[in-house]
Amino acid sequence: MDENDPNTIEISRRAVIETGTTALLLTALPRAALAAGPFDDNEPPPPPATATLQVNGRSHVLTLDPRTTLLDALREHLALTGSKKGCDHGQCGACTVLIEGRRINSCLTLAVMHDGESVTTIEGLAEGENLHPLQSAFVEHDGFQCGYCTSGQICSAAGMLAESRLGMPSYVTEDLTHPIAELTDAEIRERMSGNICRCAAYPNIVAAIRQAAGKSA
Amino acid sequence: MKAFTYQRADSTAHAAAAAVKPGAKIIAGGTNLLDLMKLQVETPSELVDINRLPLDKIEETPEGGLRIGALVRNSDLAADPRVRQRYGVLSRALLAGASAQLRNKATTGGNLLQRTRCYYFYDITKPCNKRDPGSGCAALAGFNRIHAVLGASDHCIATHPSDMAVAMRALDAKVETINALNETRTIPIADFHRLPGTTPQIETTLKPGEIVTAVTLPPPIPGVHIYRKVRDRASYAFALVSVAAVVETSGTRIRSARLAFGGLAHKPWRAPQAEEKLAGASASANTFNAAANAVLDGARGFGGNDFKIPLTRRTLHAVLAEATRT
Repeated sequence: MDENDPNTIEISRRAVIETGTTALLLTALPRAALAAGPFDDNEPPPPPATATLQVNGRSHVLTLDPRTTLLDALREHLALTGSKKGCDHGQCGACTVLIEGRRINSCLTLAVMHDGESVTTIEGLAEGENLHPLQSAFVEHDGFQCGYCTSGQICSAAGMLAESRLGMPSYVTEDLTHPIAELTDAEIRERMSGNICRCAAYPNIVAAIRQAAGKSA
Repeated sequence: MKAFTYQRADSTAHAAAAAVKPGAKIIAGGTNLLDLMKLQVETPSELVDINRLPLDKIEETPEGGLRIGALVRNSDLAADPRVRQRYGVLSRALLAGASAQLRNKATTGGNLLQRTRCYYFYDITKPCNKRDPGSGCAALAGFNRIHAVLGASDHCIATHPSDMAVAMRALDAKVETINALNETRTIPIADFHRLPGTTPQIETTLKPGEIVTAVTLPPPIPGVHIYRKVRDRASYAFALVSVAAVVETSGTRIRSARLAFGGLAHKPWRAPQAEEKLAGASASANTFNAAANAVLDGARGFGGNDFKIPLTRRTLHAVLAEATRT
């Protein structure tokens, strides 16, 4: 498929983003607009750093400005735009990914700090055409409206289910000395409090996670 | 974000030697430092990444306590079976802080060293003696709902935001450090954080280049462990007032009590006079009132945070009632 062919109408969004956005941004925007990005200063850039990231099972060697967050590396360098930039300050959870299976805010860590580590994003959860059980459950229970927080919600829920399977407690766990008996709605809500949904689809998000938890237990 | 050079430390000595240079900063979890760097509140010229150092173990001490490596993540510390069984107040405090994603990154050492969430400290267009010494304090006559009512000064009314450190203060933890000369030091947590005084930019008694390697907990003490946190929403918010309590009872009598408070001061606030009022007293509203009076001796509101004084009293009542319920 040739993206430059005006007769081609089946251009995937991913293909446009991969090939188009960076070139467009770099050529079309004035320098002042670029300076308003994450590297907000007029100094010369620092020497680049390299990092090898294992993203969704594939190895990528990246040469980066060391200021690049993991989120920006995923979105801007690897064109994996499933992870979203909401607040960019660790408050909303839209950027949640799994590092070595543990959920973190990818906006509050530098890509170079994760050299050699494995990263799982929303793009890596499905197996081929088969959706991850959490993805199916979110569809089934209508666990979103606008969808902007959804990839973070699903990655966070995947990390959360792994934590609860390991017996990790939460703030609402009554007895710290015993493993939690079941993932109640109160437990799900507390454990998912790092993911904000401005559409307030929370009841359906909880229902989706409850279903996926039951299937994977 | 200002430009910086990045290096990964391969030993604590290397990290301490790198960190002693002006403009250098240690980075561990990074959840607070990177946030502040994006806002240019922090502008290090060099970042020293210590994440690969072997400081991530929780070990038993010969005295019967625990030694917690500085890089133990908040989530792992909260979930450790020994912490859950012997130091419940610490596990509870950790689980009350931040979100699960942040706790998976945030470290024990970094949690102690996190900066205040004062709005004016975060806003580089406003005066702040902590960020820009001598520029003034915008919070004194500004929005100060989240600010200190104990131990504040005319130079700074910021609070320390940690929950973990409040529990550690109740448990009499000790902070272990190392410097570039490989000299180690043990600092009681009571002496680790400072009150603002005239130098609110100096928040701890760490010397330049001295880095935290571990926190040790003394052997567990008997009693009920409670961490009660009052905040604007049910989860994922900083404390307006929090109480860490370890209370030992005998029938309706209180044998001993340890009380530390969050959200009230520039450091985790211990209340020894209140603990003295409780030791040996019978559990009653009068006793709890006397303890609250002792905690709040010298408390002063700045308008927006006046409510914290009665809120502290009520929260302490609730905690002591729960601890002495028979």
